[in-house]
Amino acid sequence: MIRIERRLEQPRWLSVVVPVVSVAFAFLLATVVLVATHHAPLHTFRRLFEAAFLDKGALTETIVSATPLAFTGLCAAVAFRMNLFNIGGEGQLYAGAITGATVALLLGGAPSPVVIVAMMLAGAAGGALLAAIPGILRAFFSTSEIITSLMLNYVVALIIDYLIFGSHSYLRDSSGFEASVFPQGKTLPDSATWPSWTIQGLVIPLGALVAVAVAGGVWFLYSRTRFGFEVQVIGDSARAGRYAGMRTRRKIVAVMCLSGAIAGLGGASQDGDFRHQLDPRGLIQANYGYAGIVVAALARYNPFAVLLVAFLLGGLQNAGYTLQGADFPNGLVGVLQGLLLFCVLGGELFIRYRLRFERRHAPATESA
Amino acid sequence: MVHQHFRLVEPFTVAENIVLGDHRDVGRTFLVHTRAIERRVADLSERYGLAVDPRARIWQLSVGEQQRVEILKTLYKEARILILDEPTAVLTPQESRQLFGTIRAMAEDGRTIIFISHKLNEVKALADNVTILRRGRTVATLSAAEAARRSLAALMVGREVELATRNDRREIGETCLALEAISAEGDRGLPAVKSVSLGVRRGEIVAIAGVAGNGQRELAETIAGMRASTAGTIRVAGKKLKGGDAREAIAAGIAYVPEDRLGTGLAPGLSVADNVVLKSYRRPPASRGPFLILHKIRELAEAVIQRYDVRASGPDVPARQLSGGNLQKIVLAREFSGEPVVLVAASPTRGLDVAAIQTVHAYLRDAAEGGVGVLLISEDLDEIRALADRIAVMYEGVVVGERNAETATVEELGLLMAGGE
Repeated sequence: MIRIERRLEQPRWLSVVVPVVSVAFAFLLATVVLVATHHAPLHTFRRLFEAAFLDKGALTETIVSATPLAFTGLCAAVAFRMNLFNIGGEGQLYAGAITGATVALLLGGAPSPVVIVAMMLAGAAGGALLAAIPGILRAFFSTSEIITSLMLNYVVALIIDYLIFGSHSYLRDSSGFEASVFPQGKTLPDSATWPSWTIQGLVIPLGALVAVAVAGGVWFLYSRTRFGFEVQVIGDSARAGRYAGMRTRRKIVAVMCLSGAIAGLGGASQDGDFRHQLDPRGLIQANYGYAGIVVAALARYNPFAVLLVAFLLGGLQNAGYTLQGADFPNGLVGVLQGLLLFCVLGGELFIRYRLRFERRHAPATESA
Repeated sequence: MVHQHFRLVEPFTVAENIVLGDHRDVGRTFLVHTRAIERRVADLSERYGLAVDPRARIWQLSVGEQQRVEILKTLYKEARILILDEPTAVLTPQESRQLFGTIRAMAEDGRTIIFISHKLNEVKALADNVTILRRGRTVATLSAAEAARRSLAALMVGREVELATRNDRREIGETCLALEAISAEGDRGLPAVKSVSLGVRRGEIVAIAGVAGNGQRELAETIAGMRASTAGTIRVAGKKLKGGDAREAIAAGIAYVPEDRLGTGLAPGLSVADNVVLKSYRRPPASRGPFLILHKIRELAEAVIQRYDVRASGPDVPARQLSGGNLQKIVLAREFSGEPVVLVAASPTRGLDVAAIQTVHAYLRDAAEGGVGVLLISEDLDEIRALADRIAVMYEGVVVGERNAETATVEELGLLMAGGE
């Protein structure tokens, strides 16, 4: 008989050893899959690693993939810390992309710094407003924020699709013949292009720096301010929060807005850093919001760990693009990525629980 | 067994709940013969006067009807011995009378019924034999006919030698907490506190005695601002409170030691240091403006650990790793540090060992000597008689009597607690 039981104590070393063993186990499983499909495992792993971090330009691409994951990861981490399960990072990122692109087009002629700051503010506001809906519903009507924030993702996905493919909106490119056959967003003015810095071939976009700054800000907010103290108390025990005279409802709405604002900022960064137009298809395919939940979970809601995990997952994603080809199907890339995530997330179980082996009918003293 | 808290599956029908856990026939087969079950349930409910629609879903039923389902469940399984744990606690007087009818019918059928209650009139009205338990021990068994209410009450409460000595003479000042006809609802939305009026003066310990679940917890929460009152006013040092706002109550000088230490009084996952400043984090020295001053918080926590002799390896230990006595020390230390006008302590010694109980008692006396008005809510009459100046007894949400602690007898208090006047 194997029984799973809760650990009485969680030793610190476990939180290092368990992920390492999980990754090793994932590679073991991946080896089986690769051998079964007639691929050389070691060669594949080396290619994977090179494509993510070592090849020329690989790091730059990894950062491109990691930046939105950092935003959505922070979005989830901020809310989950208070036991608020904001699953709406996806929709809040779209909302930020919509408002960011709109402001960029409206302010096209203004000096670049003005446009960029306005885009950031608009993106954050868009995400925050969207997240406020489930926040208010939760705070005042006890509605499950999991359901409402998730459902809003689909609503915003339809809106963003409608803006480009379903209507002749302000955001849609309507110049020329090609644009009417293949609908796409209006190209944003040059002043709305966010700057980037190149250090020895490594391109660092402004969005990545903003994400780092946000992580620092979140850390400071949660560990050094009264606001953060209240969030921690309410997250740990809402009754204790009410007992101490905290305004739990206001805090729920505020944290949801903050969480949404971070995802919205990520949306604006998509506009300004990478896509330079409102790109519904690209955003919806990327699934940044849902991946962000995984990022936050792996990082155990620690903002700096979110950056690290986003970087690693970004590398994995980026390597996936490079690896796939005629002899290496896309599905196999997905299987490898899935195995890795599954093992690491599944491994979390062993931090809080342990297995106990016992023989049937054996006296209790022996099995202990 | 009919539990005090029902074991029913809310979205299921009455019939489905009744066959749940029945391993004789219908529960064993793959198909559930709804019709047959419903017929048997209808037969049973008619025979014992337990009117309930077998097809209704549990969530649609009133509490009294849900209890009938629980009883039907045991009858359906042809139980010979039924245990009813405080079955009238959730019933109206009319429903209780109906229940008594059912219980008598079951007894006439030759079933044995064990009826657990702390209400003397019910026991007298229903039982053939009475066994009295006190602190987990059988104290006496006697036939109901020969038991007088008064003697039952005495046996329930016990006549033990008072351990604590009362030699403290305190200066009693003006009224600092005045409750005027306070009413409040319980978690189920039923009235739990009914028009309670009570005053506590500076330097005085007023105790509220009563069996648990008679509105004491709700009253304490109402005073502490965690529960909105439905009627009446609360005044602290003459100033009227808006009510239903814990921050306002804290600001007015109400300290509250809740019954539920870990979870309400303390955040279990947070460190001792964080819990020490749970109420004072808004003010200096714990914070300046919106920012926390971590080293000051640490200092405050270390001071508390030292001064109140809290056995913790440091201020960073999560609260949940501490023992009950040490947790209570932290709560008390924090509540005293807020320089309270009134201290409301709800079952402050429950689950503590003898040494910790004495420490808590000493703190409560110190508080009163320091001019704080103490409202002590407890089920333990020995504790109350050792500490209190005045004793109010609560029964079913009402203060049924107020006695001077020095002249009140245990029999008299026990009778009040059990609802007999």
